[in-house]
Amino acid sequence: MIRFLLKGLFRDRSRSLLPVIVVTIGVMLAVFMRGYINGIMVDMIEQTARFTTGHVKVMTQGYADNIDQLPNDLALTNADSLTTVLESEYPGVTWVSRIKFGGYLTVADTLDRIPAPASAMGLDLLSKGSEEAERLNLKKSLVQGHLPKVSGEILISDEFAGKLAVKPGDLVVLKTSGTAGHFHDDTLKISGTIRFGNTALDRATIVTDLKDAQKILIMENRVGEILGFFSSGYYDDETADPMLARFKTLNSSAEGDLIPQMYRLRDQEGLSLYVDISQGMGNIVIFIFMIAMSLVLWNAGLLGGLRRYGEIGIRLAIGETKGQVYRSMINESLLIGFIGTIIGTSIGLSLSWLMQTYGLDISEFTKASTTGVMMPNIMRARITPPDFYMGLVPGVLSTVAGTMLAGIGIYKRNTAMLFKELEA
Amino acid sequence: MENKLIIQIEKLTKRFPIGKGEFTALKGIDLGIVEGEFTGLVGPSGSGKTTLLNIIGSLDSPTEGEANVLGQAISKLTAKQAARLRKENLGFIFQSYNLLAVHTVYENVEFPLLLLHYSGAERKKMVLDALEWVGLTEKIKSKPPQLSGGECQRVAIARAMVKKPSLVLADEPTANLDAENSHNILKTMKKLNEELKTTFLFATHDEKVISYLNRKVYLLDGKVDREEIVSN
Repeated sequence: MIRFLLKGLFRDRSRSLLPVIVVTIGVMLAVFMRGYINGIMVDMIEQTARFTTGHVKVMTQGYADNIDQLPNDLALTNADSLTTVLESEYPGVTWVSRIKFGGYLTVADTLDRIPAPASAMGLDLLSKGSEEAERLNLKKSLVQGHLPKVSGEILISDEFAGKLAVKPGDLVVLKTSGTAGHFHDDTLKISGTIRFGNTALDRATIVTDLKDAQKILIMENRVGEILGFFSSGYYDDETADPMLARFKTLNSSAEGDLIPQMYRLRDQEGLSLYVDISQGMGNIVIFIFMIAMSLVLWNAGLLGGLRRYGEIGIRLAIGETKGQVYRSMINESLLIGFIGTIIGTSIGLSLSWLMQTYGLDISEFTKASTTGVMMPNIMRARITPPDFYMGLVPGVLSTVAGTMLAGIGIYKRNTAMLFKELEA
Repeated sequence: MENKLIIQIEKLTKRFPIGKGEFTALKGIDLGIVEGEFTGLVGPSGSGKTTLLNIIGSLDSPTEGEANVLGQAISKLTAKQAARLRKENLGFIFQSYNLLAVHTVYENVEFPLLLLHYSGAERKKMVLDALEWVGLTEKIKSKPPQLSGGECQRVAIARAMVKKPSLVLADEPTANLDAENSHNILKTMKKLNEELKTTFLFATHDEKVISYLNRKVYLLDGKVDREEIVSN
């Protein structure tokens, strides 16, 4: 009987080919869109994590409350021992210290120029084994020169360098106010210019080594923030939440503005919405495609039901029950759903792989970005394990749901009318 | 040999709701059909012959009275029991053949046997026998769109006969055929009736069919108007 039904199914292309094409296209789009949107959202979040938030970040309560003002007088103290504690309490998490500060930059030996406001990042660039340059993609972002090799060398955004008319090898003077409230000038050498690909950063950013920043700001063994990066390379609440809980336990007795606090990525820069969208987007895409495909397949099922009116009628007359006919149609739809899902998932994953490998360059559109969230220049898909099976939801469920809805007509059919109906 | 009554209808009435009222299609029919008969329900449109065929075929149930078919009271059958009666004991032949277009002649005839769970070897023998009865052994791999109307109806007869049912119900089986094909079809059915002792019950107003019947039950306005028995 199964063979008989399969023969009918595959010989009648309107029953097999058309629904398979619908399911294939739907599943392909669902899988691809899921992978692509997921990739974009995760890239945005991770880009922001690398530059700004980390997957978790440790700062003092006071620093966090006034973070827009970069209040380094409220920076973490005993940074080295705090980092050691963090490394021992959270093995597998990479901890990096950073200092952000502001100042004015001018070219050395040109006293007639008005100093330009600069935003500075102190990163660990010179320690052996430091991954900061790689993490922030500094080497590939270099436009001229090289990364700082010795103390006193800085990177400057290429756009800023153009405004100041400086180039690698030139000396610049950074005017800052230290944490003790004093003002002083430091002469630094430009080792290279860099393009971050983010308007806010490209406008007026300089990058110094962390030790230089500590020296400039007189912040020995103090840092503004310690960022933690998960070994998976991606943020997730499941890893962050226990870390936060554990950190609170470690510091439960302490109070005051200078007490270190741990913050999750989602608690910073308004990223909570992005994380939620990133986590829920896949399901939203799947749900939308499932509804859309159910409607299409319901209609296809209704049309198929009309076309098969005679066949269903004769099957009922010959002695099949309505339940048997209905179940055989559901089984057909299951098979169609599986075939369409397999083909659709294969194509969808292939497209996702292409977009994951090559991506889509949107740098022209992100030039004017002013949000706290950093947009990557190349939008890439991201294939995750659920992409391999999530297509089953719209593929099989919508096919079965469409057939179930369309097949209700079988139960409404009056066998007493079969002779009349089958005369047509 | 004692004649076995396979259909016994007593005071059968069938009413259909029409708007707020009712239409009475059959009015107190009494009828008995004996095994091996080649009988026709004859009458004009609206006389109730298809309604009666429906009830005998367990596709519908009476409003009043009873129809006993092969020992089963139709009014008491559940939908599943009615389907089982049709599957095991009844064959249907329709005016429009109603063959499955994507299946071959062989597969169309095989279909009722699949529902009865015959083995592959049994099915093959029974299908080839049935196709031989109707003279279509050369066409087993053809599909319905490749056949003439007469050939399609012969396939439909083979499909109805393949499980050797006790009773075959045929509603205007020659309505879509020309005179020559109609006579060929009727000869085939008559031959099967005589050789296999299968009971045939027709609903018809076609003179060609009527001329082959052994017994003619004339219906008029839902009642048996008269009967004619033709002696061989």
